[in-house]
Amino acid sequence: MTIGLSLSSIGLAVVLGLLGAWAKLSKSRRLQKLAGLYTTTVRGIPDLVLMLFVFYGGQTLLNELGEASGLWTYVELSAFTTGVMAIGFIFGAYMTETFRGAYLMIARGQIEAGIACGMSRWILFSRIVWPQIVRYALPSFTNNWLTLLKTTALASIIGLEDIVYTAVSAGRATQEPFAFLLTVFFIYLGLTAISDVSLRAVERKYSAGMLKGV
Amino acid sequence: MDTFDLIVDALRDFSDNHSPIHFILIFDEWKLFLRGVSNTIVLVGISLVSGGLLALPIGVCRALRVPILNEIAYAYIYVVRGTPLLIQLYLIYYGVGQFEFVRDSFLWPFLREPWWCALTAFTISTSAYTAEAIRGGLEGVPKGEVEACIAAGMSRLQALRRVIVPSAYRRALPAYGNEVIFLIHASVVASTVTVIDIVGAARHFNNKFFLAYEGFIAAAILYLIIVYLFTLVYRRLENRWHRHLRPIEA
Repeated sequence: MTIGLSLSSIGLAVVLGLLGAWAKLSKSRRLQKLAGLYTTTVRGIPDLVLMLFVFYGGQTLLNELGEASGLWTYVELSAFTTGVMAIGFIFGAYMTETFRGAYLMIARGQIEAGIACGMSRWILFSRIVWPQIVRYALPSFTNNWLTLLKTTALASIIGLEDIVYTAVSAGRATQEPFAFLLTVFFIYLGLTAISDVSLRAVERKYSAGMLKGV
Repeated sequence: MDTFDLIVDALRDFSDNHSPIHFILIFDEWKLFLRGVSNTIVLVGISLVSGGLLALPIGVCRALRVPILNEIAYAYIYVVRGTPLLIQLYLIYYGVGQFEFVRDSFLWPFLREPWWCALTAFTISTSAYTAEAIRGGLEGVPKGEVEACIAAGMSRLQALRRVIVPSAYRRALPAYGNEVIFLIHASVVASTVTVIDIVGAARHFNNKFFLAYEGFIAAAILYLIIVYLFTLVYRRLENRWHRHLRPIEA
Protein backbone atom coordinates (compact mmCIF):
# COMPACT_ATOMS: atom_id res chain seq x y z
CA MET A 1 0.00 0.00 0.00
CA THR A 2 2.74 2.40 0.94
CA ILE A 3 4.75 1.61 -2.18
CA GLY A 4 1.69 1.82 -4.42
CA LEU A 5 0.77 5.16 -2.91
CA SER A 6 4.31 6.47 -3.34
CA LEU A 7 4.62 5.36 -6.95
CA SER A 8 1.21 6.70 -7.98
CA SER A 9 1.83 10.03 -6.33
CA ILE A 10 5.30 10.45 -7.79
CA GLY A 11 3.76 9.80 -11.21
CA LEU A 12 1.20 12.53 -10.67
CA ALA A 13 3.88 14.79 -9.21
CA VAL A 14 6.14 14.39 -12.25
CA VAL A 15 3.26 15.21 -14.62
CA LEU A 16 2.28 18.26 -12.58
CA GLY A 17 5.92 19.24 -12.24
CA LEU A 18 6.49 19.13 -15.99
CA LEU A 19 3.31 21.11 -16.59
CA GLY A 20 4.28 23.62 -13.90
CA ALA A 21 7.81 24.02 -15.25
CA TRP A 22 6.43 24.46 -18.75
CA ALA A 23 4.03 27.11 -17.47
CA LYS A 24 6.76 28.92 -15.56
CA LEU A 25 9.05 28.96 -18.59
CA SER A 26 6.34 29.86 -21.08
CA LYS A 27 6.03 33.34 -22.46
CA SER A 28 2.50 33.82 -21.21
CA ARG A 29 2.40 36.07 -18.17
CA ARG A 30 -0.81 34.54 -16.93
CA LEU A 31 0.59 31.01 -16.97
CA GLN A 32 3.70 32.18 -15.16
CA LYS A 33 1.62 33.82 -12.45
CA LEU A 34 -0.58 30.75 -12.08
CA ALA A 35 2.39 28.43 -11.70
CA GLY A 36 4.04 30.86 -9.30
CA LEU A 37 0.93 30.92 -7.15
CA TYR A 38 0.82 27.12 -7.20
CA THR A 39 4.41 26.63 -6.08
CA THR A 40 4.49 29.33 -3.41
CA THR A 41 1.24 28.36 -1.71
CA VAL A 42 1.87 24.64 -1.78
CA ARG A 43 5.38 25.00 -0.47
CA GLY A 44 4.17 27.36 2.24
CA ILE A 45 1.48 25.06 3.63
CA PRO A 46 2.33 21.88 5.56
CA ASP A 47 1.52 18.66 3.71
CA LEU A 48 -0.77 17.29 6.39
CA VAL A 49 -2.97 20.40 6.28
CA LEU A 50 -3.35 20.04 2.52
CA MET A 51 -4.02 16.35 2.84
CA LEU A 52 -6.71 16.83 5.48
CA PHE A 53 -8.14 19.65 3.39
CA VAL A 54 -8.38 17.48 0.29
CA PHE A 55 -9.71 14.53 2.26
CA TYR A 56 -12.43 16.30 4.23
CA GLY A 57 -12.95 19.39 2.15
CA GLY A 58 -12.39 17.98 -1.32
CA GLN A 59 -15.25 15.56 -0.99
CA THR A 60 -17.73 18.17 0.18
CA LEU A 61 -16.50 20.58 -2.44
CA LEU A 62 -16.86 18.01 -5.22
CA ASN A 63 -20.37 17.12 -4.15
CA GLU A 64 -21.44 20.73 -3.84
CA LEU A 65 -19.99 21.34 -7.26
CA GLY A 66 -21.81 18.34 -8.68
CA GLU A 67 -25.06 19.45 -7.12
CA ALA A 68 -24.70 22.97 -8.41
CA SER A 69 -23.82 21.89 -11.93
CA GLY A 70 -26.10 18.87 -11.98
CA LEU A 71 -23.42 16.77 -13.63
CA TRP A 72 -23.05 14.16 -10.94
CA THR A 73 -25.00 13.34 -7.83
CA TYR A 74 -22.67 11.87 -5.27
CA VAL A 75 -19.05 10.84 -5.37
CA GLU A 76 -17.04 9.32 -2.63
CA LEU A 77 -13.29 9.61 -2.67
CA SER A 78 -11.35 6.76 -1.17
CA ALA A 79 -8.49 7.45 1.19
CA PHE A 80 -6.12 6.14 -1.46
CA THR A 81 -7.37 8.52 -4.15
CA THR A 82 -7.21 11.51 -1.83
CA GLY A 83 -3.79 10.42 -0.66
CA VAL A 84 -2.46 10.24 -4.20
CA MET A 85 -4.15 13.51 -5.13
CA ALA A 86 -2.86 15.40 -2.13
CA ILE A 87 0.69 14.04 -2.17
CA GLY A 88 0.94 14.29 -5.95
CA PHE A 89 -0.33 17.86 -5.84
CA ILE A 90 2.15 18.85 -3.13
CA PHE A 91 5.19 17.27 -4.72
CA GLY A 92 4.17 18.55 -8.14
CA ALA A 93 5.13 21.97 -6.80
CA TYR A 94 8.56 20.77 -5.72
CA MET A 95 9.01 18.96 -9.03
CA THR A 96 8.14 22.16 -10.88
CA GLU A 97 11.14 23.83 -9.31
CA THR A 98 13.29 20.78 -10.00
CA PHE A 99 12.47 20.69 -13.70
CA ARG A 100 12.64 24.44 -14.08
CA GLY A 101 16.08 24.52 -12.49
CA ALA A 102 17.23 21.64 -14.70
CA TYR A 103 16.01 23.37 -17.85
CA LEU A 104 17.78 26.58 -16.90
CA MET A 105 21.04 24.67 -16.51
CA ILE A 106 21.07 23.67 -20.16
CA ALA A 107 23.44 25.99 -22.01
CA ARG A 108 21.43 28.37 -24.20
CA GLY A 109 23.88 27.90 -27.04
CA GLN A 110 22.86 24.27 -27.41
CA ILE A 111 19.23 25.20 -27.96
CA GLU A 112 20.22 27.95 -30.36
CA ALA A 113 22.45 25.47 -32.20
CA GLY A 114 19.51 23.08 -32.46
CA ILE A 115 17.32 25.77 -33.96
CA ALA A 116 20.12 26.72 -36.32
CA CYS A 117 20.32 23.10 -37.51
CA GLY A 118 16.67 23.34 -38.42
CA MET A 119 15.35 20.99 -35.75
CA SER A 120 11.63 21.09 -35.15
CA ARG A 121 10.45 21.89 -31.63
CA TRP A 122 9.73 18.26 -30.90
CA ILE A 123 13.08 16.98 -32.16
CA LEU A 124 14.83 19.74 -30.25
CA PHE A 125 13.02 18.71 -27.11
CA SER A 126 13.51 14.98 -27.41
CA ARG A 127 17.14 15.02 -28.56
CA ILE A 128 18.65 17.93 -26.67
CA VAL A 129 16.43 19.24 -23.91
CA TRP A 130 14.90 16.12 -22.39
CA PRO A 131 18.06 13.98 -21.92
CA GLN A 132 19.73 16.87 -20.17
CA ILE A 133 16.72 17.71 -18.03
CA VAL A 134 16.82 14.14 -16.77
CA ARG A 135 20.50 14.45 -16.01
CA TYR A 136 20.29 17.75 -14.18
CA ALA A 137 17.02 17.01 -12.41
CA LEU A 138 18.04 13.65 -10.96
CA PRO A 139 19.80 14.76 -7.76
CA SER A 140 16.88 16.97 -6.79
CA PHE A 141 14.43 14.29 -7.94
CA THR A 142 16.13 11.84 -5.57
CA ASN A 143 15.65 14.24 -2.67
CA ASN A 144 12.02 14.78 -3.56
CA TRP A 145 11.39 11.08 -3.83
CA LEU A 146 12.92 10.40 -0.41
CA THR A 147 10.82 13.15 1.16
CA LEU A 148 7.71 11.87 -0.61
CA LEU A 149 8.33 8.37 0.66
CA LYS A 150 8.40 9.68 4.21
CA THR A 151 5.37 11.88 3.64
CA THR A 152 3.25 8.85 2.76
CA ALA A 153 3.36 7.91 6.45
CA LEU A 154 0.96 10.82 7.00
CA ALA A 155 -1.66 9.11 4.83
CA SER A 156 -2.42 6.84 7.78
CA ILE A 157 -3.92 9.87 9.51
CA ILE A 158 -6.66 10.17 6.88
CA GLY A 159 -7.45 6.50 7.41
CA LEU A 160 -5.52 4.85 4.61
CA GLU A 161 -4.55 1.36 5.67
CA ASP A 162 -0.85 1.63 4.95
CA ILE A 163 1.91 0.09 7.05
CA VAL A 164 1.74 2.81 9.67
CA TYR A 165 -1.99 2.37 10.16
CA THR A 166 -1.61 -1.40 10.33
CA ALA A 167 1.24 -1.16 12.83
CA VAL A 168 -0.67 1.19 15.12
CA SER A 169 -3.79 -0.95 15.16
CA ALA A 170 -1.81 -4.16 15.55
CA GLY A 171 0.09 -2.55 18.39
CA ARG A 172 -3.17 -1.59 20.06
CA ALA A 173 -4.60 -5.07 19.69
CA THR A 174 -1.56 -6.86 21.06
CA GLN A 175 -0.54 -4.25 23.63
CA GLU A 176 2.91 -4.33 22.10
CA PRO A 177 3.16 -1.21 19.97
CA PHE A 178 6.94 -0.96 20.22
CA ALA A 179 7.75 -4.06 18.17
CA PHE A 180 5.32 -3.16 15.38
CA LEU A 181 6.39 0.46 15.19
CA LEU A 182 10.04 -0.52 15.17
CA THR A 183 9.35 -2.87 12.25
CA VAL A 184 7.75 -0.02 10.30
CA PHE A 185 10.70 2.16 11.26
CA PHE A 186 13.10 -0.31 9.67
CA ILE A 187 10.87 -0.89 6.64
CA TYR A 188 10.99 2.83 5.92
CA LEU A 189 14.72 2.89 6.53
CA GLY A 190 15.13 0.00 4.09
CA LEU A 191 12.95 1.68 1.45
CA THR A 192 14.87 4.94 1.65
CA ALA A 193 18.21 3.12 1.62
CA ILE A 194 17.27 1.07 -1.45
CA SER A 195 15.98 4.10 -3.36
CA ASP A 196 19.03 6.08 -2.33
CA VAL A 197 21.42 3.48 -3.70
CA SER A 198 19.52 2.73 -6.89
CA LEU A 199 18.79 6.35 -7.80
CA ARG A 200 22.43 7.18 -7.30
CA ALA A 201 23.28 4.40 -9.77
CA VAL A 202 20.86 5.91 -12.29
CA GLU A 203 22.45 9.29 -11.68
CA ARG A 204 25.86 7.86 -12.50
CA LYS A 205 24.52 6.36 -15.68
CA TYR A 206 22.94 9.58 -16.88
CA SER A 207 25.95 11.69 -16.09
CA ALA A 208 28.22 9.47 -18.16
CA GLY A 209 30.31 11.70 -20.35
CA MET A 210 29.99 14.59 -17.92
CA LEU A 211 33.20 15.99 -16.56
CA LYS A 212 33.08 15.91 -12.80
CA GLY A 213 33.73 19.45 -11.68
CA VAL A 214 36.36 20.35 -9.19
CA MET B 1 -25.31 51.24 17.10
CA ASP B 2 -22.30 52.64 15.30
CA THR B 3 -21.03 51.77 11.85
CA PHE B 4 -18.52 49.20 13.10
CA ASP B 5 -21.26 47.07 14.64
CA LEU B 6 -23.32 47.38 11.50
CA ILE B 7 -20.45 46.12 9.40
CA VAL B 8 -19.88 43.22 11.78
CA ASP B 9 -23.57 42.30 11.66
CA ALA B 10 -23.61 42.42 7.90
CA LEU B 11 -20.51 40.24 7.74
CA ARG B 12 -22.02 37.80 10.20
CA ASP B 13 -25.19 37.55 8.17
CA PHE B 14 -23.21 37.03 4.97
CA SER B 15 -21.05 34.38 6.62
CA ASP B 16 -24.04 32.58 8.15
CA ASN B 17 -26.29 32.48 5.15
CA HIS B 18 -24.50 33.16 1.90
CA SER B 19 -20.77 32.59 2.00
CA PRO B 20 -19.54 29.09 1.20
CA ILE B 21 -16.93 29.56 3.90
CA HIS B 22 -18.18 30.21 7.39
CA PHE B 23 -15.39 32.63 8.19
CA ILE B 24 -16.91 34.51 11.13
CA LEU B 25 -16.87 31.34 13.23
CA ILE B 26 -13.09 31.22 12.83
CA PHE B 27 -12.80 34.66 14.39
CA ASP B 28 -15.22 33.71 17.14
CA GLU B 29 -12.94 30.84 18.07
CA TRP B 30 -9.73 32.87 17.95
CA LYS B 31 -8.72 31.67 21.40
CA LEU B 32 -8.49 28.08 20.18
CA PHE B 33 -6.36 29.08 17.22
CA LEU B 34 -4.19 31.33 19.37
CA ARG B 35 -3.49 28.35 21.60
CA GLY B 36 -2.60 26.33 18.52
CA VAL B 37 -0.27 29.01 17.19
CA SER B 38 1.50 29.47 20.51
CA ASN B 39 1.89 25.71 20.93
CA THR B 40 3.38 25.33 17.46
CA ILE B 41 5.75 28.26 17.90
CA VAL B 42 6.89 27.18 21.37
CA LEU B 43 7.42 23.57 20.29
CA VAL B 44 9.35 24.55 17.18
CA GLY B 45 11.32 27.22 19.03
CA ILE B 46 12.46 25.02 21.89
CA SER B 47 13.32 22.09 19.65
CA LEU B 48 15.31 24.38 17.37
CA VAL B 49 17.42 25.48 20.34
CA SER B 50 17.88 22.04 21.88
CA GLY B 51 18.29 20.38 18.50
CA GLY B 52 20.83 23.01 17.52
CA LEU B 53 22.86 22.40 20.67
CA LEU B 54 22.79 18.67 19.96
CA ALA B 55 23.68 19.21 16.31
CA LEU B 56 26.81 21.23 17.00
CA PRO B 57 29.04 18.39 18.27
CA ILE B 58 27.54 15.98 15.72
CA GLY B 59 28.22 18.30 12.83
CA VAL B 60 31.75 19.06 14.05
CA CYS B 61 32.52 15.33 14.41
CA ARG B 62 31.36 14.80 10.83
CA ALA B 63 33.24 17.72 9.35
CA LEU B 64 36.52 17.02 11.15
CA ARG B 65 36.20 13.27 10.56
CA VAL B 66 36.81 12.42 14.19
CA PRO B 67 37.47 8.65 14.15
CA ILE B 68 34.61 6.41 15.39
CA LEU B 69 32.47 9.42 16.36
CA ASN B 70 32.23 10.31 12.68
CA GLU B 71 30.76 6.90 11.86
CA ILE B 72 28.34 7.04 14.77
CA ALA B 73 27.23 10.52 13.74
CA TYR B 74 26.80 9.36 10.15
CA ALA B 75 24.64 6.42 11.22
CA TYR B 76 22.56 8.68 13.49
CA ILE B 77 21.94 11.18 10.71
CA TYR B 78 21.20 8.45 8.18
CA VAL B 79 18.66 6.71 10.39
CA VAL B 80 16.89 9.90 11.48
CA ARG B 81 16.70 11.29 7.96
CA GLY B 82 15.70 7.96 6.48
CA THR B 83 12.55 7.50 8.54
CA PRO B 84 9.35 9.54 8.79
CA LEU B 85 9.03 11.89 11.75
CA LEU B 86 5.58 10.45 12.35
CA ILE B 87 7.04 7.01 13.05
CA GLN B 88 9.67 8.48 15.36
CA LEU B 89 6.97 10.30 17.27
CA TYR B 90 4.77 7.20 17.46
CA LEU B 91 7.72 5.16 18.71
CA ILE B 92 8.30 7.63 21.51
CA TYR B 93 4.65 8.19 22.35
CA TYR B 94 3.08 4.76 21.90
CA GLY B 95 6.09 2.47 21.74
CA VAL B 96 8.32 3.31 24.67
CA GLY B 97 5.51 3.30 27.22
CA GLN B 98 4.99 -0.42 26.89
CA PHE B 99 8.15 -1.21 28.83
CA GLU B 100 8.00 -1.57 32.58
CA PHE B 101 11.40 -0.04 33.21
CA VAL B 102 10.50 3.10 31.29
CA ARG B 103 7.33 3.55 33.27
CA ASP B 104 9.29 3.15 36.50
CA SER B 105 12.04 5.56 35.49
CA PHE B 106 12.25 9.24 36.33
CA LEU B 107 11.56 10.05 32.67
CA TRP B 108 8.02 8.71 32.74
CA PRO B 109 6.29 11.89 33.93
CA PHE B 110 7.69 13.50 30.77
CA LEU B 111 7.23 10.66 28.31
CA ARG B 112 3.64 10.27 29.41
CA GLU B 113 2.87 13.75 28.17
CA PRO B 114 2.29 14.06 24.41
CA TRP B 115 3.77 17.56 24.46
CA TRP B 116 7.13 16.31 25.74
CA CYS B 117 7.08 13.41 23.28
CA ALA B 118 6.58 15.83 20.41
CA LEU B 119 9.39 18.01 21.73
CA THR B 120 11.74 15.02 21.97
CA ALA B 121 10.91 13.80 18.47
CA PHE B 122 11.34 17.27 16.95
CA THR B 123 14.64 17.79 18.75
CA ILE B 124 16.05 14.51 17.46
CA SER B 125 14.83 15.18 13.93
CA THR B 126 16.07 18.74 13.68
CA SER B 127 19.42 17.86 15.26
CA ALA B 128 20.17 15.44 12.41
CA TYR B 129 19.21 17.90 9.68
CA THR B 130 21.00 20.81 11.37
CA ALA B 131 24.13 18.70 11.84
CA GLU B 132 24.23 18.23 8.07
CA ALA B 133 23.90 21.98 7.57
CA ILE B 134 26.75 22.60 10.02
CA ARG B 135 28.91 20.00 8.33
CA GLY B 136 28.23 21.57 4.95
CA GLY B 137 29.20 24.97 6.31
CA LEU B 138 32.41 23.74 7.90
CA GLU B 139 33.47 21.70 4.90
CA GLY B 140 32.84 24.66 2.65
CA VAL B 141 35.53 26.76 4.31
CA PRO B 142 38.21 27.15 1.64
CA LYS B 143 41.50 25.52 2.45
CA GLY B 144 43.29 28.75 1.63
CA GLU B 145 41.57 30.53 4.52
CA VAL B 146 42.77 27.90 6.98
CA GLU B 147 46.27 27.96 5.53
CA ALA B 148 46.33 31.74 5.76
CA CYS B 149 45.49 31.47 9.47
CA ILE B 150 48.37 29.08 10.03
CA ALA B 151 50.68 31.31 8.00
CA ALA B 152 49.62 34.29 10.12
CA GLY B 153 50.66 32.32 13.19
CA MET B 154 47.22 31.81 14.72
CA SER B 155 46.68 28.95 17.09
CA ARG B 156 44.01 26.39 16.19
CA LEU B 157 41.54 27.93 18.61
CA GLN B 158 42.20 31.42 17.34
CA ALA B 159 41.73 30.30 13.76
CA LEU B 160 38.49 28.62 14.70
CA ARG B 161 37.18 31.65 16.54
CA ARG B 162 38.35 34.35 14.15
CA VAL B 163 38.00 32.75 10.75
CA ILE B 164 36.52 29.28 10.50
CA VAL B 165 33.35 29.66 12.58
CA PRO B 166 32.33 33.08 11.19
CA SER B 167 32.94 31.82 7.69
CA ALA B 168 31.17 28.51 8.25
CA TYR B 169 28.00 29.76 9.86
CA ARG B 170 27.45 32.24 7.07
CA ARG B 171 27.77 29.43 4.59
CA ALA B 172 25.32 27.27 6.56
CA LEU B 173 22.65 29.98 6.77
CA PRO B 174 20.57 29.18 3.67
CA ALA B 175 20.48 25.46 4.47
CA TYR B 176 19.54 26.24 8.05
CA GLY B 177 16.73 28.54 6.98
CA ASN B 178 15.25 25.74 4.90
CA GLU B 179 15.52 23.42 7.88
CA VAL B 180 13.56 25.82 10.08
CA ILE B 181 10.74 26.04 7.54
CA PHE B 182 10.87 22.28 7.15
CA LEU B 183 10.50 21.85 10.93
CA ILE B 184 7.56 24.27 11.06
CA HIS B 185 5.88 22.14 8.41
CA ALA B 186 6.86 18.87 10.03
CA SER B 187 5.53 20.00 13.41
CA VAL B 188 1.98 19.24 12.21
CA VAL B 189 2.44 15.63 13.28
CA ALA B 190 2.19 16.81 16.89
CA SER B 191 -1.56 16.99 16.31
CA THR B 192 -1.65 13.21 15.86
CA VAL B 193 -0.68 12.64 19.47
CA THR B 194 -3.38 15.03 20.72
CA VAL B 195 -1.24 18.13 21.11
CA ILE B 196 -3.29 21.21 20.25
CA ASP B 197 -1.02 22.80 17.69
CA ILE B 198 -2.39 24.73 14.72
CA VAL B 199 -3.66 21.60 12.97
CA GLY B 200 -4.96 20.26 16.28
CA ALA B 201 -6.93 23.48 16.74
CA ALA B 202 -8.27 23.20 13.19
CA ARG B 203 -9.46 19.65 13.75
CA HIS B 204 -11.06 20.54 17.07
CA PHE B 205 -12.78 23.45 15.40
CA ASN B 206 -14.10 21.34 12.53
CA ASN B 207 -15.36 18.65 14.88
CA LYS B 208 -17.04 21.18 17.13
CA PHE B 209 -19.07 22.78 14.36
CA PHE B 210 -19.38 19.83 11.97
CA LEU B 211 -17.48 21.67 9.27
CA ALA B 212 -15.44 20.12 6.50
CA TYR B 213 -12.76 22.57 5.52
CA GLU B 214 -13.05 25.94 7.29
CA GLY B 215 -10.59 25.01 10.03
CA PHE B 216 -8.01 23.74 7.59
CA ILE B 217 -8.21 26.92 5.53
CA ALA B 218 -7.56 28.91 8.69
CA ALA B 219 -4.67 26.60 9.58
CA ALA B 220 -3.17 26.88 6.11
CA ILE B 221 -3.33 30.67 6.27
CA LEU B 222 -1.77 30.70 9.75
CA TYR B 223 1.13 28.53 8.56
CA LEU B 224 1.60 30.72 5.51
CA ILE B 225 1.78 33.80 7.74
CA ILE B 226 4.26 32.19 10.13
CA VAL B 227 6.52 30.96 7.33
CA TYR B 228 6.27 34.31 5.56
CA LEU B 229 7.19 36.26 8.69
CA PHE B 230 10.09 33.92 9.33
CA THR B 231 11.50 34.31 5.82
CA LEU B 232 11.14 38.08 6.13
CA VAL B 233 13.17 38.20 9.33
CA TYR B 234 15.62 35.61 8.10
CA ARG B 235 16.27 37.44 4.85
CA ARG B 236 17.11 40.54 6.86
CA LEU B 237 19.62 38.61 8.95
CA GLU B 238 21.12 37.04 5.86
CA ASN B 239 21.42 40.42 4.22
CA ARG B 240 23.30 41.68 7.24
CA TRP B 241 25.65 38.75 7.55
CA HIS B 242 26.19 38.43 3.84
CA ARG B 243 26.81 42.12 3.30
CA HIS B 244 30.28 41.39 2.01
CA LEU B 245 28.81 39.23 -0.76
CA ARG B 246 26.48 41.89 -2.11
CA PRO B 247 27.42 43.36 -5.47
CA ILE B 248 29.08 46.73 -5.12
CA GLU B 249 26.67 49.56 -5.64
CA ALA B 250 28.00 52.11 -8.04
